[in-house]
Amino acid sequence: MSSATVKTGHPSALAEFWYYFSRNKGAVLGFAVFVIVLLLAVLAPIVAPHAPSEQVREKLLLPPSWMAGGDASYLLGTDAVGRDILSRLIYGARFSLFIGLVVVTLSVISGVLIGLVAGYFRGRVDIVIMRVMDIILAFPSLLLALVLVAVLGPGLLNAMIAIALVNQPHFVRLTRASVMAEREKDYVIASRVAGAGTLRIMFLTILPNCLAPLIVQATLAFSAAILDAAALGFLGMGAQPPTPEWGTMLAEAREFIQRAWWVVTFPGLAILVTVLAINLMGDGLRDALDPKLKRS
Amino acid sequence: MLRFFLGRLAILIPTFLGVSLIAFSFIRLLPGDPVMLMSGERVMSEERHAQIMHDLGLDRPMYVQYFDYLGNVLTGDLGTSIVSKRPVFDDFLSLFPATLELSICAIIVAMCLGIPAGVIAAVKRGTWFDQSIMGIALVGYSMPIFWWGLLLMIFFSGYLQWTPVSGRISLMYFFPPVTGFMLIDSLLSGQAGAFKSAVSYLILPTVVLATIPLAVIARQTRSAMLEVLGEDYVRTARSKGLSPWRVVGIHALRNALIPVITTIGLQVGVLLAGAILTETIFSWPGIGKWMVDAVFKRDYAVVQGGLLMIAGVIMLVNLAVDVTYGFINPRIRH
Repeated sequence: MSSATVKTGHPSALAEFWYYFSRNKGAVLGFAVFVIVLLLAVLAPIVAPHAPSEQVREKLLLPPSWMAGGDASYLLGTDAVGRDILSRLIYGARFSLFIGLVVVTLSVISGVLIGLVAGYFRGRVDIVIMRVMDIILAFPSLLLALVLVAVLGPGLLNAMIAIALVNQPHFVRLTRASVMAEREKDYVIASRVAGAGTLRIMFLTILPNCLAPLIVQATLAFSAAILDAAALGFLGMGAQPPTPEWGTMLAEAREFIQRAWWVVTFPGLAILVTVLAINLMGDGLRDALDPKLKRS
Repeated sequence: MLRFFLGRLAILIPTFLGVSLIAFSFIRLLPGDPVMLMSGERVMSEERHAQIMHDLGLDRPMYVQYFDYLGNVLTGDLGTSIVSKRPVFDDFLSLFPATLELSICAIIVAMCLGIPAGVIAAVKRGTWFDQSIMGIALVGYSMPIFWWGLLLMIFFSGYLQWTPVSGRISLMYFFPPVTGFMLIDSLLSGQAGAFKSAVSYLILPTVVLATIPLAVIARQTRSAMLEVLGEDYVRTARSKGLSPWRVVGIHALRNALIPVITTIGLQVGVLLAGAILTETIFSWPGIGKWMVDAVFKRDYAVVQGGLLMIAGVIMLVNLAVDVTYGFINPRIRH
């Protein structure tokens, strides 16, 4: 077959996705900001003007460069021990994105597996799984994460494990609901009649058809994980100083709110901009992947 | 209706048992055992250790200890705080009104602003108003509220000096707590200016805590309204010649509010998680700050009891939401 006949057929899934995604201006903006943050994180050693933990004793609490007393080589000023805030923020992007990635990976893998089992096998397995999820959901997520970190010991790794654990029931519920809706459809029955094994039906037949809501939820979980990790860091239970994690930076900056607004303002702004960009992308993904909205 | 209510109540029982199991195992998951935690740095002989373990009943099988714990919980005995030396349950009761007052004010603010904003955005779909409201809502939804609180504090307390920084009421006023709600108690005290002082202390924490629920409610109201506005009965009402406000306000809103009420109910967990951060920033003496302090001071009886009580509150509110939902939407009772 020539390529010309292919072109007259359906557009590729990716092209179709991009068509709907790009109609949402906010989503495109969010995507652009996210790519910038990602590039900054990856290229941190090249872009950052200073090392993140380099302390200059003569330059404590220096205001941003455009203010009186500012220094051009410290664009966003310095913190209480003379570290460059901009450089710490750029390195901090690495932590936040890494946290989001690890948490989403952990909670998606475990949540989808458990949800598939619950939705496919139903019966007692399902009841037990869903009750356990209800129990996890009965606690405010941040509180449970806080207590888990208290048990496991403060630190970034334990914070990520705790946040993944409290995020995972959402994936279980979502996967289970989609699997239950798909399970009795003709194509699944056809596949079963054709002799496909249980694992094949679960992972290759049903799962790909449940992906759309999971992708949207994964985006939301990504931003929620960044927020939760920053909140734990702020409470002193996440990444520990001198790690340039944004929430931890805010915790260190708290005592200077009366004297040096910039130490408080910029880390929070970095969190807000990143989380907002990801949520904008999430809205766009939902518009592009949700067939109900597509028709309207 | 009664059957529906009892059915929902029955589901709560295994969940509550699970929650109590988590609270029970929490202390046992910590490195070391409770006696070693209590003794701290002091050295203890093997016999003395075994003796105390025996005295506290910690050498019994785990399931016996669990049922013992469950029995205590059901009679209101949650252990004693090592910091305040008071029963955990009493501490909870005396601090909970502060959190409740803050949460109620926050949810009222969120509803009073969020529902109208969502309705107007839906009616004016696609206009600049809709887009700016939804833009603001998404910013609110993405807000790290601990930072938002600090910013408001820098501006309103530091720069403008309009509001106080922390606490519930000025130290100039003192009166015994009657209801535990500072707004009501300050009115009851009859002291001039006390109520105004309580309000000024409440404003910033309320705004901070209301931010995320406000954004969620506005977004949810808008999408529920959009769905309802496309229904046949709304078109019928319009073509009958009813005024637009009557169609939107009475016909559409009543049905659009059903999912919104569920959303508001689900915000309770968000509020209590938010209370942890908000109370920490504003030194608000509620259960959020209490729990954070307990985690840091290793006051494990408080952490254990607090976990159980907070989960219990959330479960009860969810039950209330379910029942309200069944009440206003008879279809789901069956």
